[in-house]
Amino acid sequence: MDAALIPEGAKRCSFPKFMLGIAIVGAVLLWGVYAMLLCWFKGLNQTNMNDYYGFALWIWADLAVIAVGGGAFFTGLLKYILKIDELKNIINFAVIIGFICYSSALLILAIDIGQPLRGWFIFWHANVHSMLTEVAFCLSLYFAVLTIEFIPNILENRQLNKVPFFHHLAHNMHGTMAIFAATGAFLSFFHQGSLGGVAGVLYGRPFAVREGLLIWPWTFFLFTWSAAAFGPCFTLLVTRITEAVTGKKLVKDNVVHLLAKISGWMICTYIIAKIIDTIYWATVTAPGLGFEMSHFYTNNSFYGYWILVTEVIICGVIPGILLINKTTRENHSLRLLAIILGVIGVCLNRWVMVLQVVAVPVMPFDTWALYIPSWQEVATTILPVAYGIILIAVTYRYLPVFPQERELNQSKAQES
Amino acid sequence: MQDKKAHKFGMVIDLDKCTGCGSCTVSCMAENNIPFKEDESDKKDSITWMRVYKLTNGKSFPDTQTAYLPRPCQHCGGKGDHGHSPCVSVCPATATDYGYDTGIVSQIYTRCFGCRYCMVSCPYHARYFNWWDPVWPEGMEKYLSPNVSPRMRGVVEKCSFCYHRYQLAREQAYYNETDEIPEDAYQTACTTACPAGAIIFGDLNNPSHRVHQIVKPDPHPDPLNHDVVGKSRNPKVFRLLERLGTNPKVYYMSEKEWIRKVGDSYLDGEWDKMKNHHGSASHD
Repeated sequence: MDAALIPEGAKRCSFPKFMLGIAIVGAVLLWGVYAMLLCWFKGLNQTNMNDYYGFALWIWADLAVIAVGGGAFFTGLLKYILKIDELKNIINFAVIIGFICYSSALLILAIDIGQPLRGWFIFWHANVHSMLTEVAFCLSLYFAVLTIEFIPNILENRQLNKVPFFHHLAHNMHGTMAIFAATGAFLSFFHQGSLGGVAGVLYGRPFAVREGLLIWPWTFFLFTWSAAAFGPCFTLLVTRITEAVTGKKLVKDNVVHLLAKISGWMICTYIIAKIIDTIYWATVTAPGLGFEMSHFYTNNSFYGYWILVTEVIICGVIPGILLINKTTRENHSLRLLAIILGVIGVCLNRWVMVLQVVAVPVMPFDTWALYIPSWQEVATTILPVAYGIILIAVTYRYLPVFPQERELNQSKAQES
Repeated sequence: MQDKKAHKFGMVIDLDKCTGCGSCTVSCMAENNIPFKEDESDKKDSITWMRVYKLTNGKSFPDTQTAYLPRPCQHCGGKGDHGHSPCVSVCPATATDYGYDTGIVSQIYTRCFGCRYCMVSCPYHARYFNWWDPVWPEGMEKYLSPNVSPRMRGVVEKCSFCYHRYQLAREQAYYNETDEIPEDAYQTACTTACPAGAIIFGDLNNPSHRVHQIVKPDPHPDPLNHDVVGKSRNPKVFRLLERLGTNPKVYYMSEKEWIRKVGDSYLDGEWDKMKNHHGSASHD
């Protein structure tokens, strides 16, 4: 039915089967849209946020999708600026994942603010001292860059590409993509960092506050670094999931191994910096403000030392070691384990830097505040996931996302 | 008319006088058109610009002692007292501002778009979000103050040190053809409502005002922590979480050491070393 739109030589499932899958995920998406409309029309009383939890599940989701979406800028940097040519075989998909992540972040932000119609005030009345202002500007601009990076891939659709103008436009855009990749890397450095700065500048919150360099707290650099380190893990994970769902090999092992290796070294260097930062904070920064480290991890029913160990050791050190070691990296199961742990680790880091920050009591007579999100918050957080699945399904079906797909699956067919 | 000299309005709350009656909270809500919920049992989303905390010395009977600590917005001057309050510095839309002529941290309701970053930045929980549309029982809206705008759903609000009263005092001064605002011409609602006289309000920069005389603010940075400015030279006076460097303009006073200690966090054994340090005067 839609065969004319499917890339030449590519095999796809039948249209009814495809639509059935879209309908199932679409139902989840509609559930999220319903919750979103409730929040917009009835207000944020639909959530379980409160005056202790001004930032909660949504801000975590924002930070998490932006962190894992960091694979787009970092892979772009490696491919177009550092000229690692093998990555051309995964860059399209990295860009699509980035596009999904960043559009999701913008959508969640639009739901999260109390007065959505005033969202533009952040640009109009910008406070140059606020990290969030920097986030808003760089995030919006980078989303524009991602859109530009995505366009050539869209124009390569079999039918669109028949239009000479689109064909030439796509070709020429590919030629200038290094400029956009450089711009994207520059913008990403700042907005990923600013998101870390959002927590690091909170000098009223001893759990979050960090010293730093000039106006940037150490969390600024740690967030950028961790996004570059763990973002490729997410790209590889989604690629693996797509391969599992489609039942096809889509990217050659050497490309996967290369990206996994780079990610591994980034994770290792990041986690060393993170451990140094944690030790310095626990032994110098927090005690200087009158707080023992134990204050932040005891006397409550959820936030214990386990969360620190899980984030830094289990989901930081271990995936780093697994990915830098050739044997474990090239072992399919161990590599998968490493990238899953890595994605969990960076998401956990963002959780801690948002949720735990506000959970910890600061005034000596105050108490821990714990929170469980409402179904509306959960539904609106799942909404972007459903949207992402649909967009990946549609782009995979109709666009030549994976340059190696045809070759890999032809050889597979020949072998069988 | 512009005031020629910068004010620095602040407050001293005598915790030994406070009985925890809540008059300050009630008067604040009435004065500032603060809406309330039908069910106010969940205090984590109730709007109480002036919230009264109950303190205890943590000892068991018969040594138990309690005290009450009213907590308005602390109107922080920020690190080094340069006006970069925790909340002001983070607001992305400049919807909260530091008045260098008054020391008051303002909130511009019509500019706030409800990101709540300021609430996260405030360690005192002095900022409140309007989770619901503001409603009052039928007929009660007729008693709203015409001097204070009610806030809409989806924005943050907080204690303004009854800024509208300052505006009225300035108008009166203008009418009287004077630059001076007498101490009693500008007093917050909580100050005037406190039956025990526990709240004292005035200009910390004006030596004739009681707050200045009680606090004796040290104009120099604290030698132990250069972020701290305006530390009290009165050994009975302290500020909440002073070590963070937020530099609040709300001071607390108590004869009792355990109350003064509960105002900040200290490592084991640290309090005994720090309790006698009260601004540069203590080194004289």
